[in-house]
Amino acid sequence: MAVKDSVTQSALRTPLGRVRGLGSARGGTHHWWMQRVTSIALLPLTIWFVFSAVGLAGAGYAETRAFIGAPLNAVLLLALIGLTFHHMAAGLQVVVEDYMRGEFARMATILAIKGMAVLMALASALAVLRIALGS
Amino acid sequence: MATFTLPKNSTIQGGKTFKAEPGATNVKAFKIYRWDPDDGAKPRTDTYELDLDKCGPMVLDALIKIKNEVDSTLTFRRSCREGICGSCSMNIDGLNTLACLKPIDEVKGDVRITPLPHLPVVKDLVPDLTQLYAQYRSVEPWLKAATPPPPDEERRQSKEERAKMDGMWECILCFCCSTACPSYWWNGDRFLGPAILLAAYRWISDSRDEATGERLDNLEDPFRLYRCHTIMNCTRTCPKGLNPAEAIGKIKQLMVERQG
Repeated sequence: MAVKDSVTQSALRTPLGRVRGLGSARGGTHHWWMQRVTSIALLPLTIWFVFSAVGLAGAGYAETRAFIGAPLNAVLLLALIGLTFHHMAAGLQVVVEDYMRGEFARMATILAIKGMAVLMALASALAVLRIALGS
Repeated sequence: MATFTLPKNSTIQGGKTFKAEPGATNVKAFKIYRWDPDDGAKPRTDTYELDLDKCGPMVLDALIKIKNEVDSTLTFRRSCREGICGSCSMNIDGLNTLACLKPIDEVKGDVRITPLPHLPVVKDLVPDLTQLYAQYRSVEPWLKAATPPPPDEERRQSKEERAKMDGMWECILCFCCSTACPSYWWNGDRFLGPAILLAAYRWISDSRDEATGERLDNLEDPFRLYRCHTIMNCTRTCPKGLNPAEAIGKIKQLMVERQG
């Protein structure tokens, strides 16, 4: 960090040099756009999920398994899982970028968030798939 | 993490009170942030009582009256006194605005005046705008075209093309918006902030400019552009009634559009 700081953050560097810094990352658009797309896609999916969950209130184990195992429900659940964890990771990344200082800490935290999101999504998807594929 | 604890000079002491002259009937108190880099003291709030019957209608009139007649050490920027130079931007009654456009009678109770938030203070109400000017320079706010202008003629633009720049060219760079933006407070070293992004969009929307793609390239960055979370403080505070948040939204739209 110290070496990099001396290159980009020198007190004697001109204000314009500091502002230009390492240049534009030529990125961020995909991340921003996917946040919007996933949030819109999650609107109907989440409403469907809430109504389904309420409809299953009081249902037994077998009935719930049957609901999850129905092809349409399983597909929608998998979509819900993928989009939810994608949206969660994207949103948390913004919070970290807003408030976290230090390139290394920021990068490590974002990677940890993405890793956790992928693992949680895989675990959730596996649960649905095991029921849907009947193993 | 972002620094939420306040640095050394953030504790503001009580200050001196300058009473209104005896016999004054229409008295209003102005509580003004004071800090002098040379005396080593912490910032303080001085109270100036003025007779509004002997003062112009705007907050800037009161500041000038204080400097002329009460306390000549009070330091602030001002020039045109009609909202076109952008010098007297400051925080009045909790909102960033131009002192020359803010009527005193819009403020209920005492008039609290502090410098624009979250900038280094040079003295009293004068903030250091170096970073903002450097960021303005970084978006290259001038016409860039490889095609030479027609001989003996100006570069032409239809009325419709010209109208697309309305709401952008009126910006006077007072930086009320940028210093009202929480994202700019936390990440002002890399986020360009509403004033600069509005200025950038002024050139992106200019039909005579041929560097649109290059301009978008320079903005396409998680920090330079995408720290904007549509908080809308910029639009709420703009003393010229402009809408920087909308301009930023249009830049983001163009970013998506050009990806196909």
